[in-house]
Amino acid sequence: MIEPTAEQIRDQELYKEMGLTSEEYEQVKGHLGRLPNWTEVGIYSVMWSEHCSYKNSKPLLRKFPTTGPRILLGPGEGAGVIDIGDEQAVVFKIESHNHPSAVEPFQGAATGVGGIIRDVFSMGARPVALLNSLRFGELDSSRVRYLFDNVVSGIAHYGNCIGIPTVGGEVFFDNAYDGNPLVNAMCVGIINHKDLQKGVAVGVGNPVIYVGASTGRDGIHGATFASEELNESSEEKRPAVQVGDPFMEKLLLEACLEMVEQNMLLGIQDMGAAGLTCSSAEMAAKGGQGLDLNLDLVPQRETGMTSYEIMLSESQERMLLVVEKGREAEIMAICDKWGLQSAVIGQVTDGNQYRLFQHGELVADIPVNTLVDDAPVYVREEKVPTYYVENESVDPTDALANIDANEAIEKILQSPNMASKKYVFQQYDYMVRTSTAVRPGSDAAVVVIRGTEKALAMSTDGNSRYVYLDPVNGGRIAVAESARNVVCSGAEPLGITDCLNFGSPEKPEVYWQLSKAIDGMSEMCEVLQTPVVGGNVSLYNETKGQPIYPTPVVGMVGLIEKREHITTQAFKQNGDVLILLGDTAIELGGSELQQAYTATIAGRAPILDSGKEKALQQAVLTAIRQGLVQSAHDVSEGGLALAVAESCISGNLGAKIQVETDYDPTLYLFSETQSRILLSVSKDKVEELVQTMEQFHVPAQVIGQVTEGNLEVHVNDQLVIDRSVAQLTNHWEEAIPCKMTASSTSTN
Amino acid sequence: MRFAVVVFPGSNCDMDLVHAIEDVLGEEVNPVWHHESDLSSYDAILLPGGFSYGDYLRCGSLARFSPVMEAVKKEAEAGKLVVGICNGFQILTEAGLLPGALMRNDHLQFRCEIEPISVEKADSAFTMHYEQGETVQIPIAHAEGNYFCDDETLQRLEASGQILFRYAGKNPNGALANIAGITNEKGNVLGMMPHPERAIVDWMGSPDGARLFTSMLAYWKENHAS
Repeated sequence: MIEPTAEQIRDQELYKEMGLTSEEYEQVKGHLGRLPNWTEVGIYSVMWSEHCSYKNSKPLLRKFPTTGPRILLGPGEGAGVIDIGDEQAVVFKIESHNHPSAVEPFQGAATGVGGIIRDVFSMGARPVALLNSLRFGELDSSRVRYLFDNVVSGIAHYGNCIGIPTVGGEVFFDNAYDGNPLVNAMCVGIINHKDLQKGVAVGVGNPVIYVGASTGRDGIHGATFASEELNESSEEKRPAVQVGDPFMEKLLLEACLEMVEQNMLLGIQDMGAAGLTCSSAEMAAKGGQGLDLNLDLVPQRETGMTSYEIMLSESQERMLLVVEKGREAEIMAICDKWGLQSAVIGQVTDGNQYRLFQHGELVADIPVNTLVDDAPVYVREEKVPTYYVENESVDPTDALANIDANEAIEKILQSPNMASKKYVFQQYDYMVRTSTAVRPGSDAAVVVIRGTEKALAMSTDGNSRYVYLDPVNGGRIAVAESARNVVCSGAEPLGITDCLNFGSPEKPEVYWQLSKAIDGMSEMCEVLQTPVVGGNVSLYNETKGQPIYPTPVVGMVGLIEKREHITTQAFKQNGDVLILLGDTAIELGGSELQQAYTATIAGRAPILDSGKEKALQQAVLTAIRQGLVQSAHDVSEGGLALAVAESCISGNLGAKIQVETDYDPTLYLFSETQSRILLSVSKDKVEELVQTMEQFHVPAQVIGQVTEGNLEVHVNDQLVIDRSVAQLTNHWEEAIPCKMTASSTSTN
Repeated sequence: MRFAVVVFPGSNCDMDLVHAIEDVLGEEVNPVWHHESDLSSYDAILLPGGFSYGDYLRCGSLARFSPVMEAVKKEAEAGKLVVGICNGFQILTEAGLLPGALMRNDHLQFRCEIEPISVEKADSAFTMHYEQGETVQIPIAHAEGNYFCDDETLQRLEASGQILFRYAGKNPNGALANIAGITNEKGNVLGMMPHPERAIVDWMGSPDGARLFTSMLAYWKENHAS
């Protein structure tokens, strides 16, 4: 290919093909004091893409609380770092791989996992767990089934092979994601404080070393692709999706951790989005140094690659290192042991210039700060959407009168959103590393820390229907629910990583959703003292002009002090007393009941009172630590009815519930009022538990007991639900497998 | 008793096995890099699960050429205890130390779950702490665990009591005769798809795998009584 000249780029506005606007192109000219060449335009366009620069979201992200007494490192590096005592810390981050997964689901999802693992071990941490959060259209569509199956296989392929357990996650189906699935992957690692690494280039004359897979022509301009809307021609972007090699990454992981252990590295950064460009430019900018790279020395998979292609490639499983001059041989020795190729490709220089050489010529010469620090920032226009105004007057209960509760519980247990996700998680190795104490299927997954009594609880959560109906409350709920999940497993919430999946920020209504959701999340993070330590923004999630539901996904990590505190949602013993914490109102906007019976959502999402939420979580954690709790389960989607049913199913026990209410029994049982937790408690502990709840001013109501019989629910002395647990289990377990074996020619 | 856990590039259950030996037995255990050519100082050799060489080409087909495999063969011939778990089982069949092959699961998916496994023979070096016919809970995690061999081999395996473990619930992978683990004719080389190292204490979901390791130690002590 013959590259356009600088003049052609200007005259034919070729920079627009790479995602730069005319204004941005003018800024580039100003920074360089001349016309940029093809390689330089490519470098600016990826560095200034939303994916790398957060230019549309930065002003909003500043609202997040990011500091706290335990926070060792907030947003900005590969992943956030939080102290867990004993000179150890937890390192974690979530990231999206939405667009690649939409066009090539298997490799898109696989490389999403690979990328987030590199973010964690490039900090020097040993990855110990993976989670994910997935959104698809409805399973009636054969295209959706194809996407779903291949995304799950891709995640399994990468995580299983590299040997990091995939311990938890969530899967949600809604037509809002039909053309634009969401694939968010989270990785959690553990590190000794002394091993913490940084992505910096320091020390003039120090070598820059490339380690790992060769650079090919795959994934060129992936970051730019991720920063635009999907459309009919997106299929043509398939070459922008990379191909993952988890075996290579396993070798890279072990080699890098050996270098960390032997204290060899000054700087290390993953070549992820925007590949060699982003890693090297960010390292130089952070180190306050210039950088010279000789592209002839970059290991290449193909012949005749141009500087543009080498710099923009997103080939996977590559890492960039800076070490002290003279230690190159030590690095090479470790790479040789693991069968990895490595090459010195440049050096740290004095000053601020980022210079690339190829075939003896200077092919790019850019002031490095203009790539990173001077990226444009946009504050977009916000506008309240009309749907939001119209929903003000909608009462969800109008359309939900006279529903039989027996029928409702069966129907909702079979909804793919509420049904068992065993179909998914049985494809993931969730036990490798032999640390998984709570396997997938409870409120949060729990991974023990070897050599200590401690464990980490982790969960991913985000109810986008709530956020769509009410972004402030929906944002609060996303944080609160993920915290509630880790509390229910016996952990103190430490902090979050978030993935903000939204539509185009250039639409004022979408920007409003983003802004308000961040307000709600920030408030909840403040109250729960769970700062945001990192994450990712994925905008432009639209197909055919239609944005997805606004979907902030929260990845929460909590610390369990002692293994004996580990708690699950499963009922444990016949005769245990059931206690419902929190008040119940009738809140059905965006609920499972509403979706199941009206096939749409309307009204307002449930209200979340952050003070009540905080008290509830503190009270439950205290009770668990006092040894008063047999099981704990967050009351969320599907309300009390589903919470009881899920605890019955996972414990293979029945329950007899007796409650009084002035409301319609079905509405009461399926209401999704927030800040509620269902506990089971042995009889002799009930009194003490109620006292603990009183101390925290948390309403506690005895609502029944665990039995060995059916799930029986009496409302106002009337039997409204009476179903065998075996039958409910069957409905719940078979729903997704049943959908997946449907004829592939049925629809679409 | 000294245990070696062989580490191939891509092994990922190596440290799990090391920890299991430490925690269950408290005996000496060393990870051994696949370049090692002498294993004579060890009493038992364990080939861990994982994806040696990425399982590229075919599971275990590249690992069998690792230098360490000559040493494994030598020690197996000398009567030392050799256990291959999951990928280790695949490597042992590829190396010809055990008969048969592990094919892709019949449903074509990876499968991870705790399975009921029946102990078919409780008087072996690996199972003496189990009861004959007992059903234990041990996890599986594989995409290629569908054991296959020809009729003649199967008859021989059955007749000479080489089948130590069978799946006792629903067959999770299509394995012939529900086979989950077999030994060689001499009974000193075991290959099994289930992961005993993932089931050594209650919080893991089952403690039933621990007895495989205690059996090995007891066997070794019986045969090395001073």
